[in-house]
Amino acid sequence: MDDRLTTAFFVVVGVPASLVGYIFLVELVLRLVPQRRVPRIRPLLWIAPALAFLAVFLIYPTLDTIRRSFMDRLSENYVGWSNYEYMWTDHAVRGAIVNNLLWLVFLTLGAVGIGLLVAVLVDRVRYEPVVKTVIFLPMAISFVAAGVIWRFMYDFRPESGTLNAIITGFGADPVAFFSEWPLNTFALIVVGVWMQVGFAMVILSAGLKSISNDLLEAARVDGATEWQIFRKVTFPLLLPTIAVISTAVIIIALKAFDIVYVMTNGNFNSEVLANRMYKEMFTFRHFGRASAIAVVLFLAIVPIMIFNIRRFREQEAIR
Amino acid sequence: MTVAPVHAPTLEAGAPARTRPPARTPGRRSRTGRIVLHLSLAVIMIVWLVPAVGLFVNSFRPPAAVSSSGWWTALAPPYEFTFSNYSEVLSRQGLDTAFLNSLFITIPATVLVLAVAAFAAYAFAWMQFVGKDVIFVVMVGLLVVPLQVTLVPLLRLFADLGIAGTFLSVWLAHTGFGLPFAIYLLRNYMGGLPREVFEAAAIDGAAPTTSFFRLALPMSAPVIAAMAIFQFLWVWNDLLVALVFIGPVPGNLPLTVLVSNLVNSLGGQWHLLTAAAFIMMVVPVAIFIALQRYFVRGITGGAVKG
Repeated sequence: MDDRLTTAFFVVVGVPASLVGYIFLVELVLRLVPQRRVPRIRPLLWIAPALAFLAVFLIYPTLDTIRRSFMDRLSENYVGWSNYEYMWTDHAVRGAIVNNLLWLVFLTLGAVGIGLLVAVLVDRVRYEPVVKTVIFLPMAISFVAAGVIWRFMYDFRPESGTLNAIITGFGADPVAFFSEWPLNTFALIVVGVWMQVGFAMVILSAGLKSISNDLLEAARVDGATEWQIFRKVTFPLLLPTIAVISTAVIIIALKAFDIVYVMTNGNFNSEVLANRMYKEMFTFRHFGRASAIAVVLFLAIVPIMIFNIRRFREQEAIR
Repeated sequence: MTVAPVHAPTLEAGAPARTRPPARTPGRRSRTGRIVLHLSLAVIMIVWLVPAVGLFVNSFRPPAAVSSSGWWTALAPPYEFTFSNYSEVLSRQGLDTAFLNSLFITIPATVLVLAVAAFAAYAFAWMQFVGKDVIFVVMVGLLVVPLQVTLVPLLRLFADLGIAGTFLSVWLAHTGFGLPFAIYLLRNYMGGLPREVFEAAAIDGAAPTTSFFRLALPMSAPVIAAMAIFQFLWVWNDLLVALVFIGPVPGNLPLTVLVSNLVNSLGGQWHLLTAAAFIMMVVPVAIFIALQRYFVRGITGGAVKG
């Protein structure tokens, strides 16, 4: 325990201190360099520590994973496309891909749809902050905690499972939420929606408030109903914001891991790609296949990457 | 990834402490319309609260009661509540150690990412250099790289370095993963600071280090707070990275990994799981409620890490 405390203290104080030391050292060295060169060299030295981190912990591993995805179990020999062929032919992996698609569609629709609904409704009441805090709170907790909370909601026995207590209260038989596909995947997606709605709501709500009141008042004076105003004015103006949130939620859906790991561990066909990858890594010890799955996840995200870069460029252009 | 329509001054709009009038003029909504509105909001709030409230109530009930009757029965007399579930998970299931481990993992990972990002963000915001735009575009691309894609090589790298299973490996990994977003968020904020301030400082002969430590850093305090909260919550709540990099070393497990193990090993022992889940949630929820304003500002100002 003491040992860990020393290390932690060393890192918390030592690393920032040495970074500050590094910057002052850079400035000292720059005094020896001809003055006209300094403005060119200085920025590169300032960003060097960050670039080194990115290179070692993101760029190199990504490239190395692509390489390993063409290699065998222990990354010793190249095996061509066979890891990818395995992905397309293996029943379990294909099931994981289907589940990921379900996650992608329904988590996005659920989180953004409900988020929009709450943002619009809450804009009209005085207790807005209270509602927002309640909806937003699940974002603060871990997927593991949410998993425990919802395992208990979904529990089969009506004495402890809240949902089954309600269902049996209406006279129906209790439902086994986790043992049937696709019900189990949808049950897991509901947990994801419960956690992500707050995120969509907060951003949409901020977007909503940036729409000028005059515009809405003008529409009202012209005799538009609230629903018409929403459809013809508010919604089109929010579309760019909705697009951005959707990409964020799509990424969360593609990377889904924790909820599935804690609640079903992928049993009864509820597996998603990230869980499959974890199993290939640690249960089957096949780094080639695990890497191929990771590469497929990465490729699925590339279009979003391009979308982001385009948006970033547009924003910079108007800066 | 950013949220374009929201600019610095209006960021407050999403936060509870807003300066605008609380509600829009209701238009010509009918009385029934208002009732439907309040009812739907009430239903949504109940749906959102019930799962957590149920768990919370059960965590204070004796084991026999938890397994024989639903949490809602405890809301009526006779009341029987106990702290024994908490004391048992803390002492016997190792949650006390895991709690400290979570702190040991989270705090350095948060400090590290801010320290590394701050200098780079300042350089990207206020210095000119060849390749700046290209490097920054790559950074924007890195924002969404799924960290799954880095796991196998990093696991190998940490094994080669002999730090597999240590806190150091997780600190380094989380710093790497958090860095693109940290640089992006900080750079956008620093770039929005008034240019005149930095020009005046330069004219007065201030060195870049002076501008950075005396001007940029103190003025960026809100965004640094936002980033610290983000990173703290990400790392505290992370399961995958901890599972992969320190999974095999039981003494170093953080709460997320320990509790997910308990879910499998304790299975039906709800009275213990509920208490464990709440111990895990206490810190992030407290931080979140106390610093919600910064958190919301960070989200609306430049939103999501990959």
